[in-house]
Amino acid sequence: MKIYLPLDSAAVALGADEIAGAIRAQRPDVTIIRNGSRGMVWLEPLVEVETPAGRMAFGPMTLEDVPALFGDLAQHPKYLGLTEELPWMKAQTRLTFARVGVIDPLSLASYRAHGGLSGLERALGMSQPDMVAEVTNSGLRGRGGAGFPTGIKWKTVSETKADRKYIVCNADEGDSATFADRMLMEGDPFTLIEGMVIAGLACGATKGFVYIRSEYPIAIEVMQKAVIIARAEGILGASVLGRGPAFDMEIRVGAGAYVCGEETSLLNSLEGKRGIVRAKPPLPALQGFMGRPTVVNNVISLASVPVIFEKGADHYKNFGLGRSRGTIPLQIAGNVKYGGLYEIAFGLTLGEIVDKIGGGTASGRPVKAVQVGGPLGAYFPRSLFDTPFGYEEFAGKDGLIGHAGLTIFDDTADMLDMARFAMEFCAIESCGKCTPCRIGAVRGVETIDRIKRGDAAAMPILTDLCNTMKSGSLCALGGFTPYPVMSAVTHFPDDFQTQKEAAE
Amino acid sequence: MLDSVEVTSRVGEILNDHKGMEGSLLPILHAIQAEFGYVPQAALPIIAQDLNLSKAEVHGVMSFYHDFRENPAGQHVLKLCRAEACKSMGADRVADHAQRALGIEWHETTKDGKVTLEPIFCLGLCACAPAAMVDGKIIGRVDEAKLDSIIGGLK
Repeated sequence: MKIYLPLDSAAVALGADEIAGAIRAQRPDVTIIRNGSRGMVWLEPLVEVETPAGRMAFGPMTLEDVPALFGDLAQHPKYLGLTEELPWMKAQTRLTFARVGVIDPLSLASYRAHGGLSGLERALGMSQPDMVAEVTNSGLRGRGGAGFPTGIKWKTVSETKADRKYIVCNADEGDSATFADRMLMEGDPFTLIEGMVIAGLACGATKGFVYIRSEYPIAIEVMQKAVIIARAEGILGASVLGRGPAFDMEIRVGAGAYVCGEETSLLNSLEGKRGIVRAKPPLPALQGFMGRPTVVNNVISLASVPVIFEKGADHYKNFGLGRSRGTIPLQIAGNVKYGGLYEIAFGLTLGEIVDKIGGGTASGRPVKAVQVGGPLGAYFPRSLFDTPFGYEEFAGKDGLIGHAGLTIFDDTADMLDMARFAMEFCAIESCGKCTPCRIGAVRGVETIDRIKRGDAAAMPILTDLCNTMKSGSLCALGGFTPYPVMSAVTHFPDDFQTQKEAAE
Repeated sequence: MLDSVEVTSRVGEILNDHKGMEGSLLPILHAIQAEFGYVPQAALPIIAQDLNLSKAEVHGVMSFYHDFRENPAGQHVLKLCRAEACKSMGADRVADHAQRALGIEWHETTKDGKVTLEPIFCLGLCACAPAAMVDGKIIGRVDEAKLDSIIGGLK
């Protein structure tokens, strides 16, 4: 008997290790494969039993549900049917996450059997300009939030001459509501490694770093093990797969600074310095890690590269809408009934994502607001639920898709409190280099407190302050904090007038 | 507190393990904290000497990052997520409950030295919020009752 049970953080946080222990105690002969999560977090811990018909899903599992796994499966109280046939799974287009939750994350044989390394094999037969062109033609844009075309970044690094070049993977996924990077690293680490090796070949870089936040202990452990395996199997080392140039990589761990998710501050941190933002220019593509040309890409950007090389740029590009090509792993979170990771082509409306896929709130109360794109993203009211999910479409509504995380709030949420929190968070996490962010965020908290006390004169000050932060900050931390603040003010004016009305 | 001879010899070993590594200061500080539970002041001049930095620069790096401690924490460290997704599921309520139950504020340690309470911003458990981390173990869907049992379990 073979059982799949995720090692994914969300599954573990909901008791997967205890379930694994109970299964082992009752049936030591059972093979347990600790896989990634399928992304249906409301069903975690999700147990899958391999049967001749396919993998049968059971969840959310409790310790009391374990003994029944060894009886008639169809009669099991948590029986869900075939995993692949579940509506949530069937409606997705899984390109980047095709193997996550399916394979044993640390089995290279399993990785190969599911199409792994075929992208790299193809890349090894291509010239550097052709590899860069493949990425450019795919339409892939930075999945970390900025949406910068990945191919253009690679082209700059590829065409710049230097004694050393680097590929840096930004795995400092600090935005609330985002966990796609974590799930990918925990569930399919070789995909990220393969993507980084291809980036190295295309750009002439021989060294890679994955900078993972310290809040992700399981992702760190899985990635470290995967790098050792990849090195032993010749994917990394003096010659990639025995045919290519050298490429090796290291896993580095952050130290709890949110701002290090910003690429220049990440580079400083990687160099062993304070995570202070650097002014641009020079671009990291010209002077990045240790002053050398460096590609800094998000986990999902790099992990989408293998499938682009395996299936071709056109295959990837044919998904999506407008200038948002390919698929996007939506992370549906917060107060939501069906939360988790859902990979689909760009273009669904916000309402379809929240109401249909997410099923509304977990509390059963009406949805009041959805914050899209993490702590620096705007709060969207129901009246904007017809906005299609795409970079330009959200920018057109004074928002951003960021890393595609969505936090859902019910009608008990106080939007003034959320706006205040955005400023407070910015004040705590500001690196301190530029004044609009360092001082502005502190003044922002004070000004929102004045509004809360009913001081109407504070509102224009807040608007003015937000404009200053937006146009005067060096990076997105100070520059984008106005998004959640001003969207809360604009779309939920009632929450900013409570005290005044009470006083009148 | 540790005696300086012990710190000196162990820090020296850690520095040796990181020779030749590009940008080694963060990995060194992580290794020192893993060894001692905090970064002893006595370690800073030794690191500075080895990496050809000033002591102020090493202190500057150490104090920039939330993870590095100047002093030992309590026996147990309870971290509660304060970020948006957790807030949408009542993290503020749970945090208030924790502060009352332990009788301490953020960043404080109970008088008996047993529990240190710290905020954390996102554990990536946003679809099973609110989230907590107890001595490195992650826990999802933490409500008041679950928190009481977590605190009760800390011996």
